[in-house]
Amino acid sequence: MSIAPSSQPLNVLKPADYGTDQDVRWCPGCGDYSILAQMKKVCAKLGMDRANTVFISGIGCSSRFPYYMNTYGFHSIHGRAPTLVTGLKLARPDLNVWMVTGDGDALSIGGNHFIHLMRRNADVKVLLFNNRIYGLTKGQYSPTSEHGKKTKSTPMGSPEQPIRPATLALAAGATFVARSMDVDVKHLEYVLERAAKHRGTALVEIYQNCNIFNDGAYEHLTDKLVKNDRVVYLESGKPMVFGKDSAKAIRLNGFVPEVVDRAACKADDLLIHDEKLTDPTLGSILSRMSYPEFPEPMGVLRAIEQPIYEDLVRRQNRDAITARGAGDIQALITGDETWTVG
Amino acid sequence: MKAITDDPAAPPAGGRKPIQALPSATIRFAGDSGDGMQLAGTQFTDTSAIVGNDISTLPDFPAEIRAPAGTLAGVSGFQIQFSSTDIFTPGDDVDALIAMNPAALKTNLKAVKKSGIVILNEDAFTATDLKKAGYENNPLDDSTLTGYRVIRVPINKLTSAAAKDTGLGVKDIDRCKNMFALGLTYWLFGRPLDTTIQHIKDKFAKKPIVADANTLVLKAGYHYGETAELFSEQYDVPKAKLPAGTYRKITGNEATALGMITAGHLAGKEVVYCSYPITPASDILHALSAQKHFGVITFQAEDEIAAVGAAIGVSFGGSLGVTGTSGPGMALKSEAIGLAVMTELPLVIIDVQRGGPSTGLPTKTEQADLLQSIYGRNGECPVAVIAAATPSDCFNAIIEAFTIATQYMTPVIFLSDGYLANGAEPWLIPDIKKLPKIEIKHPTEKNDAKGFMPYKRDSRRVRPWSIPGTPGLEHRIGGIEKQDVTGAVSYDPANHEHMVRTRAAKIANLTPVGPDLLWTGPEKGDVLVLGWGGTYGAIKAATLDLRKQGVQVSACHLRYLNPLPKRLGSLLKEFKHVLIPELNLGQLRTLIRNRYLVDAKGFNKVKGQPFTIHEIIDGVRAILEGRVGPYEVNVSTSSTAYDMEVAAAGE
Repeated sequence: MSIAPSSQPLNVLKPADYGTDQDVRWCPGCGDYSILAQMKKVCAKLGMDRANTVFISGIGCSSRFPYYMNTYGFHSIHGRAPTLVTGLKLARPDLNVWMVTGDGDALSIGGNHFIHLMRRNADVKVLLFNNRIYGLTKGQYSPTSEHGKKTKSTPMGSPEQPIRPATLALAAGATFVARSMDVDVKHLEYVLERAAKHRGTALVEIYQNCNIFNDGAYEHLTDKLVKNDRVVYLESGKPMVFGKDSAKAIRLNGFVPEVVDRAACKADDLLIHDEKLTDPTLGSILSRMSYPEFPEPMGVLRAIEQPIYEDLVRRQNRDAITARGAGDIQALITGDETWTVG
Repeated sequence: MKAITDDPAAPPAGGRKPIQALPSATIRFAGDSGDGMQLAGTQFTDTSAIVGNDISTLPDFPAEIRAPAGTLAGVSGFQIQFSSTDIFTPGDDVDALIAMNPAALKTNLKAVKKSGIVILNEDAFTATDLKKAGYENNPLDDSTLTGYRVIRVPINKLTSAAAKDTGLGVKDIDRCKNMFALGLTYWLFGRPLDTTIQHIKDKFAKKPIVADANTLVLKAGYHYGETAELFSEQYDVPKAKLPAGTYRKITGNEATALGMITAGHLAGKEVVYCSYPITPASDILHALSAQKHFGVITFQAEDEIAAVGAAIGVSFGGSLGVTGTSGPGMALKSEAIGLAVMTELPLVIIDVQRGGPSTGLPTKTEQADLLQSIYGRNGECPVAVIAAATPSDCFNAIIEAFTIATQYMTPVIFLSDGYLANGAEPWLIPDIKKLPKIEIKHPTEKNDAKGFMPYKRDSRRVRPWSIPGTPGLEHRIGGIEKQDVTGAVSYDPANHEHMVRTRAAKIANLTPVGPDLLWTGPEKGDVLVLGWGGTYGAIKAATLDLRKQGVQVSACHLRYLNPLPKRLGSLLKEFKHVLIPELNLGQLRTLIRNRYLVDAKGFNKVKGQPFTIHEIIDGVRAILEGRVGPYEVNVSTSSTAYDMEVAAAGE
């Protein structure tokens, strides 16, 4: 777990203690409120040291998040939060660093940085609020908007195919990838806690409703009447079952998943989730399962251990000192070839 | 070459020819980019420095790693002036050119003095290579070289003969031919071989055959000079009378890297250098990456924006964040620099300028990023700008940049250029113990009864550098405008104006930590030559030369470009004319005319090459003789024509 020893006694702080006195300026009914609430709960539950915790964001509705957390915070510029967190972790491996971003911030303007953040595996937790729309700029399509999406900038429908954040992260080598939904508060809390305890870059994609510009974007998953049939909750080591009475399951046919009737299938044939697989293929297959062909997986798609970036970087400094001794500045600037005058 | 005749003090150099002592000499090695000319030049420089000359160098190479062999585009050159007196430039005219092929001759001959020495590798003057160089006739046979002292040497043949018993392959032996040229040049100027022999030994420690071959060829070149009846005399450039102390040779990029490590030491802080490879700044990244045992952390980012963003993250964490680049990278970093201005965090940005715009001339020098540095961001976005004047000054200037950045909580742009970055000069090695410490304090206590106020300023308008990990000082910063003192998000019109003016005033009133200007001559006269950056050497040398001739000229060289030195306005008024030579179309001139309402004239050159001393002298004479256009002095028909056209367009 990446949380440094606390300078405060554990469990003294309540969720509300992690909030600031700033007015929260998200629209009433926005899914962001729930994410903020669950985050504060996890902070309190894990006894996170406010002094040692930093939230860094880019630009967009999601990126106002740091102003509402009574920790250190940095509201940076569009798409560049991954660069700041990387620099900060290089300088300060001791800090508990969280990054908050959105689908536009992380995947459009910051797409390049996002890939490199995922592959380096610095010890950073990333909350990606995916509302499949541009909210702050008032309703243009985003890189996760569905094909054909009609928005202010695509009145005839988006001609683009959406990007899947979890698939992209896995392709880039992310060591922890999870997904949850704003309204699924217990599950969201669980996933945030799992991310907090992961050592390395942890991506949490959060399906989040923008009730102003893209209301109901996830209603097909969150509606209580259909949720059971359209969402599968992942548990490592267990088959992926869903539907009423867990009657349905997933089976792999080659590399292609298929929905099967659990009763009509041998238990051995069912796909068992394993978040610890070194090979990212299973996670990638799961990350691409989507409505209406499949139930959408929620939970931890992948959680593997790998050396973290800042440790590897700093190890080179230590190794260099071991091999060559701590540097002597005067000798360094003098160099090997000198001459004396006078 | 002006000879010092019969100088009895000249030490004997190994050889049999009469020795003529010279106060200084300028030579240029030129060949294909694969011919090892940069190495030959660097070795000649090292040896000359160690024997005690003052030195100044100008490497000049193509952007292509290996342009097609034998073509004009592929020519790589290395010029060095070595001297028994103080020198400030790599020399205007070449006394001796070593040309390894026809293309090298064609592109470099115009730089050679009439009656200068031209050493040619005659083996390369084949029909194919002549054609590639665009020679219709062989210049060895026509009047091209009339008036020069031409020495034809079959360098390929002599190199193969010298190394034939080493067991090295034909291709590898051919690669040694730069050592033949170097050995011959060493003989011509009576220089010892030991520095280069040691270098070869170290460089090829794991390849003794290669080391043997190179050494044999180097010696063969030297002995060839001794034995063959090619030269009527040898030359000697005696030691320079530099101030007492221990010296080394240093380039601007080396000095920049060493300065950063030293700044970290002086501040008691880790330096984290975040950069994306770009010519001509990459060598700084390489140099720092090799010094990890000094605790320096290097981060090769995925792009220029990531590099500056990471550096800001470093600074937020309380270490020394620095990013390095060249012009195109500066353009990409501008939004993030604005973030550092808004959040008032220390940040150092190194811009090793090159020819622009766009990709421009990656390996050539220019000074055209000045206005970009001062103004090139959205909003009112002031930063401090410091420019190094010489290669070794990069060491001081980068330390000053870190000092200003941390003392004033501001980004500082440090300007170098391709000429300073790759050029070398002797450097009187400083005593680290005598350099002032960089004092940095991070608050640990709340600064207000109501809690911690991240934008509560001191008398210099500087906010506290409070860093994560400090209990009780939790706060949020960001690119959105903040209320002064509290740091809360604020859209209040009055607060915004107050913050814009506060940020401007903080920079305008900062106190320089090093000299803000370098002065040559009296503080009154007919002409003031005002410069900045890498033109220092040429301007100073020209000014001293003109003063000897009785011209009332002084030179002022700006190290601080933002804020401008406080005394500058009054100094400008003490001169009848102000001439501003720049390797751009008049960026400092624009600032000076705007700020001081002075009718300064520019001398503007944008050829990717530094000024020569003669050019500056010509510029001063032009302004004295009234040869001036609306904006620029009239030193060549082309610049005047453009100048008139620009002026007419504005009317």
